[in-house]
Amino acid sequence: MNPENYLYLSALLFTIGASGVLLRRNAIVVFMCIELMLNAANLAFVTFARMTQSFDGQVIAFFTMVVAAAEVVVGLAIIMTIFRSRRSASVDDADLLKR
Amino acid sequence: MTGWDTAGTLGLLAAESVRTSTGEAIQFWVLGAVAVAGALGVVFATKAVYSAIFLATTMIVLAVFYVAQGALFLGVVQVVVYTGAVMMLFLFVLMLIGVDSSDSLKETLRGQRFAAGLIGIGFGVLLIAGIGSATVAVTAGATEPYALASDSNSAIESIAELIFVRYLWAFELTGALLIAATLGAMVLAHRERFGPRLTQKELSKARFRSGVNLTPLPSPGVYARHNAVDVPARLPDGSPSDLSVNAILAARTLRRPGDRRPAGEDRPGSDRR
Repeated sequence: MNPENYLYLSALLFTIGASGVLLRRNAIVVFMCIELMLNAANLAFVTFARMTQSFDGQVIAFFTMVVAAAEVVVGLAIIMTIFRSRRSASVDDADLLKR
Repeated sequence: MTGWDTAGTLGLLAAESVRTSTGEAIQFWVLGAVAVAGALGVVFATKAVYSAIFLATTMIVLAVFYVAQGALFLGVVQVVVYTGAVMMLFLFVLMLIGVDSSDSLKETLRGQRFAAGLIGIGFGVLLIAGIGSATVAVTAGATEPYALASDSNSAIESIAELIFVRYLWAFELTGALLIAATLGAMVLAHRERFGPRLTQKELSKARFRSGVNLTPLPSPGVYARHNAVDVPARLPDGSPSDLSVNAILAARTLRRPGDRRPAGEDRPGSDRR
């Protein structure tokens, strides 16, 4: 097996996550799909680190994880705030600017 | 792994000669299928909790892949941070918001689902074709081999040197970012209380002053076919009383307070809770 296969898997996972962001309307599921995309990108970074035989890719993946953790905290707090005022976690219901 | 190392040391850099061991290939094909199935489950599961479990599956599989590719530290961090902390946060928020806040399945934009699927497939084909045509150059860049998994201590030392020496400034900035995110979450989740907390006496007085509902609200299920909490009580003329059902329950079951339930759903034989 060629190590490039990890890259194909990463691209596939990223695509599935992106489609999920477009398809789903529950804000939490949309957020999970974003996490899936971040994980796919991390897999690509680790694979590149292995291919180029350096540790820089692993360090970038590590920083991605840290930033993703911070993003999850703020994003979930925003979703909870929206749910509190709208009684719904659907992204269609946050349409205050339209009215 | 060893096959890759020897290929690297021998300088056989053509794409065909870069091979992993058979064990890693078997692991990749088995666990890769699991990862893709989990990712599809995240997108297509009807309930958000199922999506979370599927996502945890995919993340654990990715952790195994990290370890298999020599990134032992990242594999452990993946399990601890992602499947531990992040998924726990997701489940916490799911429980707070209500477990069955599932998607309503009607499309709000006509053709949006079809267009999204088409865009997704097109994007995937583009990405995979791009990798397929670009990999030769990437593989040829592998010049200096090092022991990937055989000597994990030196690997961790190398990562530590990168993080704490070369990328020290970025690492310190992530600390600032984490503190800012924590403060942001606290500000967003905090609710200011305007005015003192009302006692039961004051609440009662306010209720009589408004004059809307002087008596306690009717109990759910009175004179109805079921006595479950989400079944509205029947008024003397047989119509359901919206006051008898908790507003949060009505919101969770995606029923607006004004909706009448369809006649078939209220029959004793139906499996409504």
